[in-house]
Amino acid sequence: MAVLAIREALRRALREELLRDPSVFLMGEEVAHYNGAYKVSQGLLEEFGDRRIVDTPISEAGFAGLGIGAAMAGMRPVIEFMTWNFSLVAFDQVINSAAKLYQMSGGQYHVPIVFRGPNGAAENLGSQHSTSVDSLYAHFPGLKVVTYCDPHDAYGLLKSAIRDDNPVCFLESELTYGQKGEVPDHEFLVPLGRARVRRAGTDLTLVSWGKQAMQAEAAAERLAAEGVSVEVIDLRSLRPLDHETLFSSVCRTGRCVVLHEGYLFAGVGAEIAARVQEACFDWLQAPVLRVTSRDVNQPYASNLEKLVMPDTDRIVAAAHRALGRPTPAADRAPAATGA
Amino acid sequence: MTAPPLPTAAPPDADVPPDRLLTLPDPLPPCTRDELLALYRQMVLLRRVEELAAKAYTQRRILGFCHLYIGQESVAVGAAAATSDDYWIAAYREHGHAMAKGVSARAVMAELFGKVTGCSKGQGGSMHIYDRDVRFMGGHGIVGGHVPLANGVAWAARARGEDRVCVCFFGDGAANQGPFFEALCLAELYKLPVVFICENNFYAMGTPLHRQSAVTDMSLRARGVGMTREQLDGWDVEHVRQRVAAARRHALSGQGPVLLEIVTYRYRGHSMSDPAKYRPEGELEARKEKSDPLQLTRRALAEVHGVDAATLDALVAEVDAEAQDAWDFAEQSPIPDPTQLYDYVYAPQRTSMLADTPLPSSRPRET
Repeated sequence: MAVLAIREALRRALREELLRDPSVFLMGEEVAHYNGAYKVSQGLLEEFGDRRIVDTPISEAGFAGLGIGAAMAGMRPVIEFMTWNFSLVAFDQVINSAAKLYQMSGGQYHVPIVFRGPNGAAENLGSQHSTSVDSLYAHFPGLKVVTYCDPHDAYGLLKSAIRDDNPVCFLESELTYGQKGEVPDHEFLVPLGRARVRRAGTDLTLVSWGKQAMQAEAAAERLAAEGVSVEVIDLRSLRPLDHETLFSSVCRTGRCVVLHEGYLFAGVGAEIAARVQEACFDWLQAPVLRVTSRDVNQPYASNLEKLVMPDTDRIVAAAHRALGRPTPAADRAPAATGA
Repeated sequence: MTAPPLPTAAPPDADVPPDRLLTLPDPLPPCTRDELLALYRQMVLLRRVEELAAKAYTQRRILGFCHLYIGQESVAVGAAAATSDDYWIAAYREHGHAMAKGVSARAVMAELFGKVTGCSKGQGGSMHIYDRDVRFMGGHGIVGGHVPLANGVAWAARARGEDRVCVCFFGDGAANQGPFFEALCLAELYKLPVVFICENNFYAMGTPLHRQSAVTDMSLRARGVGMTREQLDGWDVEHVRQRVAAARRHALSGQGPVLLEIVTYRYRGHSMSDPAKYRPEGELEARKEKSDPLQLTRRALAEVHGVDAATLDALVAEVDAEAQDAWDFAEQSPIPDPTQLYDYVYAPQRTSMLADTPLPSSRPRET
């Protein structure tokens, strides 16, 4: 079994799918000659040529739309946004075309396309380069929204996303491209719409996805030292949502905390909390709580940025609250919206 | 060691790309009598169906937004005569384009009526008409939003080695929208086989051309990206057919796409709810008098090809019956079954999701 960095796992998935299916091509800013802004596509231009690894001008609406048209006409494009922040100038393309075409055409034109790139805050990138777009894209029927937290899932989910016959928004992270982990040498797929229980537990269900799932594991570790058994679920797919794994866990533990990087207000956590209380009300011992970025646009200064992002202290404090335990004053969140 | 030349701003005028006008001569032989009769018949059909659509709208059989193509028929019909086997993508005033491309009047009317027999099964409506069988790819409601898609369709056609272009229709209003400019840049950069057709009908909803754009020759939008262009009058269906055929030939030659600005005029308001009171008095009447595409073609048939009035009247009567048949078909068709509500949110998986499954063919899927 090889140990791969996430960028290598993604590259392996891309390369295998490019080899397998001549209708697959990768398009985006700096993906070819520059080898990718984050080196995910390193070496692919050399192997596949400039008709399949395609540099674009800085023109997100233009090349996202090109990908959608190509997908309608039978190709299987992978469109890289250098970051999902830049997808906002292509929002109309993704929403009004990719998400809606299959339905608007009465099932005649499906759109097998992957939009991928890093999502959420990295470090000190300021307001306009730190947005989590999870809830924006998860809002729309017709799209699938997928994310991973380790190289194994990065590889298996990207392969499934490329083979999927629907548009998939594939959310990566700048901060974890170098994170390493084991990936089996044989080819495998991770199905979309299936959550992963990263740690079994009995007292509380901690739900997360993307790089925050790793933070959830760290918090679970700390809580274990206090004798609290936390079940950590990595959703992996926000759409479709794996209700079964989620609900069966919450019904066993009776407590649920949702952790994510997007904002609290109308974030994906609100949707999950609503669904959990609708389905698991009689099993719940405590309100479903959310730990999210604070309700403020990302500041630049490191100390302020750290306050915005969810951290282990806040997760532990939310777990204590769900468990009805007093939270030590030091762990209490500064007064602001959100848990 | 000699230093490489440094990038520098070009001296004034040195970097202005040459104005690439579409210089190819008309590539097709002139229309025969029968060919021109067929074009006339098609234009009459477009107009009759739209007139019936207007009537159905006032009776609340057609709901929502409904944008009529009356007055512009020679553009879609002329273009179809030159690109019948190619891919088409259009905006929301597209009932006429759909029929010109070969979608039946029945399927269009049933879609407008919201019936399950409509070409988009009642899921699309007036602005979202699709027909895969004739390579008609919509039907798009966000002004200018569909223009980038044309590049992708052309990309796919070229990747498969098809001898096809993508013809992309939009209006003068769309030529002010960001994605339009991005699409032009990419199309020329990648030398894609696209024929962009800007149907300049002089009004973006209620705003006349000179109040939307400081440059009113919309074909000039091509110059800054180095694209081949032509501005032409669209009243004469034969002329449209020839110039679209020339543009198609250019686009397929590998020399890059073409922007055609085809000057035309819509007789109705922007949509059925627009009484179009913003036009100068007498403008509409003068256009109808001077340059109605149906009348011009009728005259050409009579004067050049010696077709008698009885033949033309019989043809019109036949088309009237076809349009009425479309209405009857739409009216009698069932509405979508409520159980089909969620049928088209996600496409069912058609390709393998198993690991280690090579594709049966090494060629990209045909559409």
